[in-house]
Amino acid sequence: MTRLGQLRSEARFNLLGFRRSPAATFFTVVLPIIFLVIFTSIFGNEIISSTGARVATVYVPGILALALVSANFMNAAIVTVIRRESGVLKAMRATPLPPWVYVGGQVAASLVLTAIMTALVIGIGWLGYSVEVQPGAVPSLLITLGVGAAAFSALGLAITCVCPSEQAAPAITNMCVLPLYFVSDVFIPSEGAPRWMTLIGDIFPIKHLAVALGRTFDPFSEGVPLPAWRWAILGAWGVFGVLVTVRFFRWTPRN
Amino acid sequence: MTAEARLAIEVTGLHKRYGEVEAVTCVDLSVRTGEVVAFLGPNGAGKTTTVEILEGLRTRTSGDVHVLGVDPAEATADWRERIGVVLQGAKHEGDFTAAEIVTMWSAYYRSPRPTAEVLELVGLAEAAGTRTRRLSGGQQQRLAVALALVGDPELVFLDEPTTGFDPAARREAWQTIDGLRSLGVTVLLTTHYMDEADRLADRIAVISRGRIVADGTAPELAAQVAMPSHISWDAAELSTEALPHRLRDLLRSQDAWERPALVTRDVGGVVRELLATAEAVGTRLDSLAVQPPTLEDTYLALTGDTSSGDGS
Repeated sequence: MTRLGQLRSEARFNLLGFRRSPAATFFTVVLPIIFLVIFTSIFGNEIISSTGARVATVYVPGILALALVSANFMNAAIVTVIRRESGVLKAMRATPLPPWVYVGGQVAASLVLTAIMTALVIGIGWLGYSVEVQPGAVPSLLITLGVGAAAFSALGLAITCVCPSEQAAPAITNMCVLPLYFVSDVFIPSEGAPRWMTLIGDIFPIKHLAVALGRTFDPFSEGVPLPAWRWAILGAWGVFGVLVTVRFFRWTPRN
Repeated sequence: MTAEARLAIEVTGLHKRYGEVEAVTCVDLSVRTGEVVAFLGPNGAGKTTTVEILEGLRTRTSGDVHVLGVDPAEATADWRERIGVVLQGAKHEGDFTAAEIVTMWSAYYRSPRPTAEVLELVGLAEAAGTRTRRLSGGQQQRLAVALALVGDPELVFLDEPTTGFDPAARREAWQTIDGLRSLGVTVLLTTHYMDEADRLADRIAVISRGRIVADGTAPELAAQVAMPSHISWDAAELSTEALPHRLRDLLRSQDAWERPALVTRDVGGVVRELLATAEAVGTRLDSLAVQPPTLEDTYLALTGDTSSGDGS
């Protein structure tokens, strides 16, 4: 089979496995939408006096960031650790499949999930809460999604290096992202939060993803949003993820 | 074809050390094309380490290794097209069906066998649509063999294909492995069951504490260690008190409920002398039985290991 055919096959089976896993579908597809509905219901969809925009313009990009992190980071990391610990990755190493095609297939599957979740979240935001992507901001949205997906895919592989077992994987990945959601403009705006909280948010990548996405939905932004340094920080985290993966990734079970 | 080209596997002086531990001290092994060879030894003898070096999944400390004419340490995708690997305790992703997994793996090879054909080969055709989490242990193992066969390999490695199986599952696995022979595939399998090695392989290489201690067919191995036979009878027919001294020295230590038995390699001589003794006391000794050394005796003598043969 051609390399492209192999990539397509790997992506297809990754998506099939995802569809058949209730936990993966719930956390990546259902939960973000529940959060979107809950947050906009609790806080109403009023016009915020300080910015003049509706509450949902904050939550749509926040939840989109959450879904992207779920699809590319959480999901990929958990699946990879399960495959590693059950010996599937080791057996795969004994086949002619190049490692990059395996990784590429998984990233491609995550990208498809990201695209589906983007359409869903933006669709719900638009139909239910009158949140619109500014037409001029579409290229910026696509770049942010692309850079974000690449960075979190790399970090997803990197985090498997510290997951000792398949039981530990969901706990460790959640421990990484859950607290960060609270200081990264995902669940609540970080405006007015204590200095140490905004600082933590600024160090890690989730906030930069959420804020860069937020610029896309801001009805009052002037011209085309170009959150270049947010992209740069996301990219740097991606490079860090690649370096850790190249150095520490293992194909064989730990146990 | 040269003599070397007919060797699928050629190993000389293989040595593997993990820190202070010598997993493999010295392994010499050759497997001819089309041959089925069992690599037999107790747990921890170095079987899996050796096989994983041959599969290109582990590095070695020293020694010469050629598998299909290639050093596995420099394995290429082309070389991997030609081998099939079944790892010890192979597991599958539970959410996929058997057929889906075979199809997924067939994409890894240049000219794979069709999925239906592979499932037929390993006797899983009727389970094609079953999720792998619902397959029995024997079926899971056959699926692992299917994955090793999907690329149409010349050489297949099977690492402990039946460990932990009940007798029925073991028989299933044996049938599948016999099927490989009819495909003309060269097979190297590891096992810690002498009967399995004898049943499946043309030749048995016995490994113990990281060394090859014997290499040959089961009768050749038995001849090599020349284990004694047991000659037993009913104590009611002939009391051990009646035995002449020469025979009494051959008596095995026995529990009260056991038949008396003489342990010897000189079966003919001892039986003649025993019958003569019986005749002298006026009994026919109809209960006489001669028990040749078992495969298990041979194996235990070769590996010098008394705790083996009990599974893992």
